Amino acid sequence: MSTVVLLACTGLGLGALYFLVASGLSLVFGLMDVLNFAHGALLSVGAYAAWWAATDGHLGFWLAVAFGTVVGTAASVLLELVLIRPLYARPRDQILATVGVGLALPALLMGIWGSDARPFPQPAALSGTVDLLGATVPVNRFVLVAAALAVLLLLRLFLARTRYGLIVRAGVEDRAMVTALGIDVRRAFTLVFAIGGAAASLGGALAGLYFGSVNPSQGTGLLVFAFVVVVMGGTGSVTGAAVASVGVGLVQQFANYAAVPGLGAAGLGDLSVVVLLAVLLLVKPRGLTGRLA
Amino acid sequence: MSLLTVRDLRVVIDGLHILHGVELDVAATGVTALLGRNGAGKTTTVKAVMGLVPRTGAITFDGADITGLPTHRVVRRGIGYAPEDRGVFAHLSVAENLRLAERDPNPAYDLVFELFPELKQRHRQPAGTLSGGQQQMVAIARTLLNGNRLVIADEPTKGLAPKIVTEVADVLARAAASVPVLLVEQNLALVRRIAGRCAVLADGRTAHQGDAGALLADADAARRLLGVGTHHATPGGDSR
Repeated sequence: MSTVVLLACTGLGLGALYFLVASGLSLVFGLMDVLNFAHGALLSVGAYAAWWAATDGHLGFWLAVAFGTVVGTAASVLLELVLIRPLYARPRDQILATVGVGLALPALLMGIWGSDARPFPQPAALSGTVDLLGATVPVNRFVLVAAALAVLLLLRLFLARTRYGLIVRAGVEDRAMVTALGIDVRRAFTLVFAIGGAAASLGGALAGLYFGSVNPSQGTGLLVFAFVVVVMGGTGSVTGAAVASVGVGLVQQFANYAAVPGLGAAGLGDLSVVVLLAVLLLVKPRGLTGRLA
Repeated sequence: MSLLTVRDLRVVIDGLHILHGVELDVAATGVTALLGRNGAGKTTTVKAVMGLVPRTGAITFDGADITGLPTHRVVRRGIGYAPEDRGVFAHLSVAENLRLAERDPNPAYDLVFELFPELKQRHRQPAGTLSGGQQQMVAIARTLLNGNRLVIADEPTKGLAPKIVTEVADVLARAAASVPVLLVEQNLALVRRIAGRCAVLADGRTAHQGDAGALLADADAARRLLGVGTHHATPGGDSR
């Protein structure tokens, strides 16, 4: 029983991380049809900025996380304005540009700080464990879940209550028609990139807490699963991404626990995610939310 | 004096020449009908005016060149657009569809709800669950919320039941009393009833411009330009 609880909490923590990456990815793709391969690199930017602030900058943990989120958000907005916006008429070049940034940014981080994992300073309050139903669960799992829930709540409020949220929901359905109502949809694009970058870099900063260290390829590794989450949840659907994130995180953890010798520790977990995706697409080709992927 | 003039409008999409020099003058009052057989280029013409497809030529609105403007700035000049197939946002409620269209500080909800009381009753209903006629009401309502100087309606009666066609026609006729309308329409009875002038497209070119009533009264010209007989057409029905 205690093992099940621990696996569930770890799976939820991982799912929370996936959600922080996937929610922005899903909105960006849903609204703008931009497949942002640089989204994982934004997570790494947030992670390294937070790590730098916490070590060289001697900032406290939460300030360092806030710093990482701000830097990642700024990087995301810059990416949209400088590289993505001039290429809206050329979607193929746009994908190539994001792939390039997705490769170049981790390489830059590696060039400056090396390829080795850097230990992320763990604040005392968050490095302990909690006894939950007989299991000893690290506190940082709950930090991630709480952060993801907060982001989910804020995103839903933004989408439901604000004019820009309305523009985003309409734009996911029919972008051209939004412009035909006199709305400059490019502003919404930049805003959505900012929101996605903020969530991803927050995820990056908290990933340092979750994994105990940061390394340049962390973001790209998480991006693969974030893409799976986006496809499963349905593009443009924040709630769908949340449900799919939880599913992927849990399946991965439990499958890893049941790992067959010879397949490698992580092999079965990753494989099971792909199987989950395949089964879901067979049963519901449009993803969980029923919209066309 | 024309409110909207289109000269030598050409549109190429994916290497296909869709329009080869359309000429169009939209009168500053009343309804101007844009006619032509299926595939003649009517919808592409209005999309080009709205900046929704790449285009060359000269499009002048109220004396200003709008050929190179992006769609949202064309609209902000005061052009309301109800597209073919209505373009309502199915997952948004009726109220949200209307709110999205608000541009003026004081949107004309009184007028809209007077014309379409049903939309007020169905305020919270997702637009995707409305009937085709109700969706068309949402599309037209969005153009009437703002003080537009021109309304473009692309086949607003397509696929609607005869009773609803009459309703939509009444609304368009009423709207046309205060704002000029460019109406793309296949229903010639409707055109005869509310349109003053008309332009006829054929194969991506303007084949005829003139008085709508005169064209439809001339059975030979109507058959040659539109490929239909017009004397059986009755209001409320399709051109039978």
